[in-house]
Amino acid sequence: MKKRLYRIWWALTTLLLLAPSWALAAGGKGAPVVIVADTRKLEGMMAWWANLYNESHFYFTVATVVMIPVVGMLFGILADIVMNWIGIDLKSRELAE
Amino acid sequence: MDWLYMLMPIAGVKIFWPGLIVLGVGVGIIGGFFGMGGAWMVTPGLNILGFPMAFAIGTDMAHMAGKSLISTLRHGKFGNVDYKLGFVMLAGTVIGMEMGAQLVMWLERIGSVDKVVRWLYIVLLSGIAWMVFHDYFKLKAKQRAAAAKGEELDKSTTGVEWHKTLHKIKIPPMMHFKAAGIHCSLWLPVVVSFLTGLLAGVLGIGGGLIRMPALIYMVGCPTHVAVGTDLFEVAMSSLYGAGTFTFKGRTELVAAMIMLVGAAVGAQIGTVATKYIKGSGIRFAFGLAVVGCALSILMKLMQPWFPSIKGILDLAATVLVLGLVSLMSLYIFVRMVQGAKKEIASKKQQ
Repeated sequence: MKKRLYRIWWALTTLLLLAPSWALAAGGKGAPVVIVADTRKLEGMMAWWANLYNESHFYFTVATVVMIPVVGMLFGILADIVMNWIGIDLKSRELAE
Repeated sequence: MDWLYMLMPIAGVKIFWPGLIVLGVGVGIIGGFFGMGGAWMVTPGLNILGFPMAFAIGTDMAHMAGKSLISTLRHGKFGNVDYKLGFVMLAGTVIGMEMGAQLVMWLERIGSVDKVVRWLYIVLLSGIAWMVFHDYFKLKAKQRAAAAKGEELDKSTTGVEWHKTLHKIKIPPMMHFKAAGIHCSLWLPVVVSFLTGLLAGVLGIGGGLIRMPALIYMVGCPTHVAVGTDLFEVAMSSLYGAGTFTFKGRTELVAAMIMLVGAAVGAQIGTVATKYIKGSGIRFAFGLAVVGCALSILMKLMQPWFPSIKGILDLAATVLVLGLVSLMSLYIFVRMVQGAKKEIASKKQQ
């Protein structure tokens, strides 16, 4: 019985992992609306960023997905330093419902 | 005053950037405290500031991923994140969300998506609010009964204890989640995350609003661990969401980064505040937020029935959401400052 339940568990895990691709494949396609960034009024970093968007959404996505956690981590570390400096204990808490 | 406005390179609109920082602080505080992304507050906020709706959702996702990551790191240091439970639930959440999205497409084909989604939202939020307040008052009654007997309740006692019944279902494989202090069947968090993911997918939200109470009442997590673990889920799912929205060209990263400056500060305040407030207090404030959210949606739903006061209802819904965010943020900030002051003073005495 236990063995059979374990087998069912693994079969369902595989099914769960594959399900999104099947679900996505079944979905209808949306209208292809293309937005182009107007780079004429932009300079420096902003112009580079808008050009990256116009040239490749793939690289733009990769840059975005990498930058978000990196910036989040940096802000987190910075806040750690400030909180420690204030004197707040950041390693323990008491659980109470 | 031109310097207060910034041209967004992708959306091509000029935005009042201090507004982005303020919005970031508010949603950071509330998100870090309740363990949710807060899309229901940010998306209308960004829309008010001047972003087209499609960009508002994508930008919200991007900022939410960064903000939730900051809060998760902080909660993790307090021991409030059960990463094992988070990973187990992640599979169910993603699959549930995808299936929910497919369900929405089907509803779209039969032409009743808006009505079904909005009413489902109301039913769900009313259910959550009832559950939270029922639990709160039941806990208070238990405390009164114990005090009458001259006893004191255990610190981990909650009002509603449905999870104890669910933990009796011992379908293998059984699993132990150390940080949450739970020993249960692996199927329990998987099924709960699948159902909450499905609902989130249908409603088009991140899911923190549903998952956080589900972690407490169904899975049996202590409130603080539910908040931390839910934030881990939010960080992961919104990073995925940010990726898909960005690939479709609907994310304004510059705005998300500006918001993140405020949200980084807010997330720390919200997270540290959980240290000084009991679980029941967090749950009670969460219930109030849910009621506010439900009322604002109800006002939008009522608009077709009262076309003459449509503008007033729309304005009232926006004022209610923004007012709620401001008041809650202020309350959490004050409690955090009071708690920190007390802690520092007691350290100095030692």
